[in-house]
Amino acid sequence: MLHYQSVEALCHEAEQAGCTISRLVLTDQARVLEREEQSLYDQMSARLQIMQESVQAGMDPALRSTSGLSGGDGAKMQRYAQTGGIAGSFLNQAIARTLAASECNAAMGKIVAAPTAGSCGILPGTILSVLAAGQCTQEQAVMSLFTAGGIGMVLGSQATLAGAEGGCQAECGSAAAMAAAALVELRGGTPTQSAHACAMALKNLLGLVCDPVAGLVEVPCIKRNVAGVMVALSAAEMALAGIESRIPADECISAMYQVGAALPTALRETAQGGLAATPTGRRLQKEIFSSEPDERTGT
Amino acid sequence: MHIFDLIGPVMIGPSSSHTAGAARLGYVARQILAEPPLQAVIGLSGSFARTFRGHGTDRALLAGILGLRPDDVRLRDSMALAGQAGLRYEFRCQELPGAHPNTARITLTGSGGTTAAIQGASVGGGNILITEINGMDVHVTGQNNTLIVLHRDRPGTIAAVTNFVSYSSVNIGNFRLSRPQKGGEAVMTIEVDGTVPESLTANLSILPNVIHVVLIRAV
Repeated sequence: MLHYQSVEALCHEAEQAGCTISRLVLTDQARVLEREEQSLYDQMSARLQIMQESVQAGMDPALRSTSGLSGGDGAKMQRYAQTGGIAGSFLNQAIARTLAASECNAAMGKIVAAPTAGSCGILPGTILSVLAAGQCTQEQAVMSLFTAGGIGMVLGSQATLAGAEGGCQAECGSAAAMAAAALVELRGGTPTQSAHACAMALKNLLGLVCDPVAGLVEVPCIKRNVAGVMVALSAAEMALAGIESRIPADECISAMYQVGAALPTALRETAQGGLAATPTGRRLQKEIFSSEPDERTGT
Repeated sequence: MHIFDLIGPVMIGPSSSHTAGAARLGYVARQILAEPPLQAVIGLSGSFARTFRGHGTDRALLAGILGLRPDDVRLRDSMALAGQAGLRYEFRCQELPGAHPNTARITLTGSGGTTAAIQGASVGGGNILITEINGMDVHVTGQNNTLIVLHRDRPGTIAAVTNFVSYSSVNIGNFRLSRPQKGGEAVMTIEVDGTVPESLTANLSILPNVIHVVLIRAV
């Protein structure tokens, strides 16, 4: 049984067994959950499908969140991506998918929290983009989610995945680290390269605060998912190029936890600091919450 | 923690704690009531009381009370569904000193006149902690599949229930008993490993002195 206490141990086990991280995690989790491997694979495949549906739902130009703060940007980005933009259509479509999945979440649509609802756009924005570009098979895409989840379990056990505890670095940072490791595996990299990608992604989002306007998972969360995707893609590309992180993944995870603990409460999902505390942030909060009565009844 | 906690849960947005966890709390209350609810009084404390509108916490709680799971797309229309189902509801903001920031108290009255009351918190990632059922202190996390057995405090009841669980080849990972009064109503909280056969709750329900059995499946 694996303990998911270190990325290094995960890589070591996989390399000893001559398999991918995803294969190692799938076999282990089938044992832990007392289920057949095929049944876990099927469940993960269904989750990838829901990610796909959340992207589709989020592309609706008329989509709006309950507060009215967000919606419709995925559709705008998708239109723009067709022009190729500055960075080419792959990157711009990845941005569109990320926005769409996150906006679907804000509009009370069905999503896969990965690892959290607030960071639910990052795995779809990366994995589904590689799949749509024909750079991997459907089966590889499903399996890569086991790698992402395996890394996520280490993050959850050694640090935290909650913005209230560790800031946005714990949510979007963790999702980016999970995605980076998965992308490396999708493109044929080694488990060690996945670990370097995980480390580099985490390093580049270290210290990111959680400061949602009005306490809602919208501003700036939706666009921070895009930042997470950019960081994940660049970390994976660097790792695949043979670039290594000078600080090992496990030490980055520990640093993330320490930084999170050192963040003042105002910057940990309390809507009291950062962007939430700006004049516009406060005005939006007032507008959203003054439009409804204090108590609600229905008969 | 397992793989589908990380790549999951599948849920209706926007917040795993304020939406998915809230829906689960409502769902557990509905399971404990065990009949169609006609009236719901929902007390919201802490962060739940302050941010419930924007996160759809009210709609999620109500959806759960109507028996919808956290990934049911009808969750966002739960207020209309409540009207159709003849469920009257009321949300009250009430501070519960010492309670977790995301705490709800749900009191339901069913079509047969039964009432059920739970207090629970949404503790992050869609996970919940139920601390009170019908006035009895409990500690139900829903991390593992959990059987909640409401029963009368009579000799042999615990042995009968645990024996039956063992006949079903289900291993008990944790067991907790809450019994406010000798000989009165009591509750067993039984966390089990692995999967639970559908038939188990029905079979436990017919044991002598067992009032009602609820299975809370892990997220």
